[in-house]
Amino acid sequence: MSETRAAAAARDSSRTLAAGLLAWVFPGLGHLFLGRRGKGLVLMGSILALFVLGVMMDSRLQLHLGLEDPLALLFSAAQMGIGAPYVIARLLGYEAGLVTSPTYEYGNTFTAVAGLLNILVLLDALDTARGVRGK
Amino acid sequence: MRSHLLNLLLFAFLVSTVFATLLRDTTRERLRFGAMAFAAFVLSTLVIGWLTNPFPR
Repeated sequence: MSETRAAAAARDSSRTLAAGLLAWVFPGLGHLFLGRRGKGLVLMGSILALFVLGVMMDSRLQLHLGLEDPLALLFSAAQMGIGAPYVIARLLGYEAGLVTSPTYEYGNTFTAVAGLLNILVLLDALDTARGVRGK
Repeated sequence: MRSHLLNLLLFAFLVSTVFATLLRDTTRERLRFGAMAFAAFVLSTLVIGWLTNPFPR
């Protein structure tokens, strides 16, 4: 009996971990994995749209490491919150941005907020996997 | 994409959609919360923009 409980706990734990990982890798994927199809698709569409619009507005995606500019480090961390789309955009050559563009600051805001929202989505996916949230 | 108003409306719509989806559980509650958040984003931006108009720098 206790062996069955231990197996169930291990299964729940790995399911929670998988949901969290998928939620970070791609917006909405954690909810799709948990069977919350509608919620996952709405979150995926909204956050991806925000990020893609930001990239189209000449946002900068360059990685800042080191503590000489802490705000730039936090900004990079916020953008990386969106996971794979950040890596894909950089691989496609969008990392530099265009500082002279009139929409540069808008683009930065859109991409950073997309990443931060995906962190909230990740936390919601973890809560859903643990059964803390119902829908 | 050079319209400030269009950028504001797009941002407010998408962020409100995510907040409503995360923070409410039924479709009706989500629509209501999303509309309120959208209105709050747009109105507060317009009010702050109007108040800061005399101070361009």
